[in-house]
Amino acid sequence: MYQILQARELTANIFEMVVEAKRVAKSCEPGQFVIVRKDADSERIPLTICDYDRQNGTITIVFQIVGAGTLMMSSLKAGDAFHDVVGPLGRPSELVEEDRESLSKKRILFVAGGVGTAPVYPQVKWLHEHGVAADVIVGAKTKDLILMEEEMKAVAGNLYITTDDGSYGRSGMVTQTIQDLVEKEGKEYDVCIAIGPMIMMKFVCRLTKELNIPTVVSLNPIMVDGTGMCGACRVTVGGEVKFACVDGPEFDGHLVNFDEAMKRQQIYKTQEGRAYLKAKEGATHHGGCGNCTD
Amino acid sequence: MDVLKKVPVREQDAKVRAANFEEVCLGYNKEEAMEEASRCINCKNAQCVKGCPVSINIPGFIEKVKEGDMEAAYQVISASSALPAVCGRVCPQESQCEGKCIRGIKGEPISIGKLERYVADWARENGIRPEGAAEKKGKKVAVIGSGPAGLTCAGDLAKMGYDVTIFEALHEPGGVLVYGIPEFRLPKEAVVKKEIENVKSLGVKIETNVIVGKSVTIDELLNEEGFSAVFIGSGAGLPKFMGIPGENANGVFSANEYLTRSNLMKAFREDSDTPIMRGKKVAVVGGGNVAMDAARTALRLGAEVHIVYRRSEEELPARVEEVHHAKEEGIIFDLLTNPVEILEDENNWVCGMKCIRMQLGEPDASGRRRPVEIPGSEFVIDCDTVIMSLGTSPNPLISSTTDGLETNRHKCIVADEEFGKTSKEGVYAGGDAVTGAATVILAMGAGKAGAKGIDEYLSR
Repeated sequence: MYQILQARELTANIFEMVVEAKRVAKSCEPGQFVIVRKDADSERIPLTICDYDRQNGTITIVFQIVGAGTLMMSSLKAGDAFHDVVGPLGRPSELVEEDRESLSKKRILFVAGGVGTAPVYPQVKWLHEHGVAADVIVGAKTKDLILMEEEMKAVAGNLYITTDDGSYGRSGMVTQTIQDLVEKEGKEYDVCIAIGPMIMMKFVCRLTKELNIPTVVSLNPIMVDGTGMCGACRVTVGGEVKFACVDGPEFDGHLVNFDEAMKRQQIYKTQEGRAYLKAKEGATHHGGCGNCTD
Repeated sequence: MDVLKKVPVREQDAKVRAANFEEVCLGYNKEEAMEEASRCINCKNAQCVKGCPVSINIPGFIEKVKEGDMEAAYQVISASSALPAVCGRVCPQESQCEGKCIRGIKGEPISIGKLERYVADWARENGIRPEGAAEKKGKKVAVIGSGPAGLTCAGDLAKMGYDVTIFEALHEPGGVLVYGIPEFRLPKEAVVKKEIENVKSLGVKIETNVIVGKSVTIDELLNEEGFSAVFIGSGAGLPKFMGIPGENANGVFSANEYLTRSNLMKAFREDSDTPIMRGKKVAVVGGGNVAMDAARTALRLGAEVHIVYRRSEEELPARVEEVHHAKEEGIIFDLLTNPVEILEDENNWVCGMKCIRMQLGEPDASGRRRPVEIPGSEFVIDCDTVIMSLGTSPNPLISSTTDGLETNRHKCIVADEEFGKTSKEGVYAGGDAVTGAATVILAMGAGKAGAKGIDEYLSR
């Protein structure tokens, strides 16, 4: 069992938990992820490691309620435990392994969408600790959904907040801010790292290709084991089939086939919807939603 | 009784079992087991023992069954095998112990597998456990992977008095026994779990959720965590795909994914948290045991199922018994057929599979006749799900994170057969990680060899 030391709701439906996982905390690097299971019969759910404390043997995970599994996880409190936490999985972010000299000269832009802010944070923090002040764009639908603003401000070079509805910070999608920074505000970047919903990463990549900024994305396909034994998470990158759990999750965004990846995320959509409604409404749900007639 | 024939074993009716996940073979009862045992002529120079990769004293245990002393029979078996209830069920006996049985020359060989299974099941039902070590050696050994190779190696080392810890990447120990082989061939709660508990009762510790190469490295285990030797039994779990167009369409799965969802995650149950595709028409590509398992799982989930294999029935690598069971249950075999493209609809979902007919040409280097395409014979199999069962290879994770561990061009770890010794001092390996995908019992044999090698190394 993996004890939960802290649990809090960051914003509506987005939760942060600090979990004791000694082996993971000892060996993880920014960019890697874990797979968690709430109970002995729960599904395996992949989540990025958002922070870690090697001394105390803890990692921080952040998740958004998007279905039955995460809904049930959201009920966990400090003192409860996860049945399983396995990791670290995937490859560390390339920045971590780069030559420090050339890294210190790099002009880096992070683009975080929604709950993707959480996995961006450890990378920005790591860079800050190594003397690199990266710019960060954080985007969300509306003001209430902005995450970790204070934490991010403390470690970022410049922090740009943008909301789709203009309720806070700049107005519009993250792509608008990227375009403004580069075309109107004279910013130059050597690399962009975008983490968020697949559709956001797709449009960021489309823009950065035009702007000629190499871009790294962190993909979030369906996973089962997360160790390379099943290929559920396969994606096409530069025409080649890759397993996101072992070859990624970070890839050259300009080479990713996003349309295929987004369609593959939908494989279990109906079953997920039914499971979510059942978890949420329990016995009161008898197919009245019209989505699950049988 | 006809001494030339095996005492038949009771099985679930094919029509009934095709709709459930209960075990197909019901096994012998005591009378049947004793009757079958009485067919054994107790050879002095028993060939059957030579056919068993872990050299069970077969005439010895059968003699005890003949006498009705099942406890003694169990102790004879467990001196050589850590997983008899598993092996009695999944070993390809026809090419091992039973293939060598003298009785088999004129009639049918002794049903050694079914007898072993009976004895192991009897022992479990009667709470009999294997005997542990008399004294401790005070040395720690790490075993990587809790599949058949790792469990056997750990069990043997524990019996010798070593302090053994198994590290397992998944949340449940057992390797292919829990994620690969389906419930209807190998019950998980009743058989696999109990057999693993037997290994634990010898003092073996199992730490799940540890991915060696990520969570901790072999060098750290040896240099920081106080282990004196390591056995690698990490298997061959990396699935192969064909590389044909459409393979990333929704509805195309590796057999590993499909079986892991069903077996390990229990997705075959309606109330499971983990979903599985319940296709209407499923094509399984491949002809091995894994293909049969995937096909029979899909059938039980309600599909019409086709096995698509590029050679003919004679070359099917699956066990004869499995092919027979699959046919009885209504699996359709499309032989001498090879997929060339998976067709997908506008939403990326599988809507068919384009195949080409094959004919057998000249024998290749392995002695099997090579399948050759018949030009212009393309046709489409109508299906909504495709399961690729083309074999697996070892995951390079461990070899790539361990200094000085030699691998061959297939990414298999190089280790000697007799002791499992690798190129790195104190590190031994065996099972599919060394040979590539093979059988449960060969992995167990390699686990035994590894235990012998480690004992010899640590006794120096």
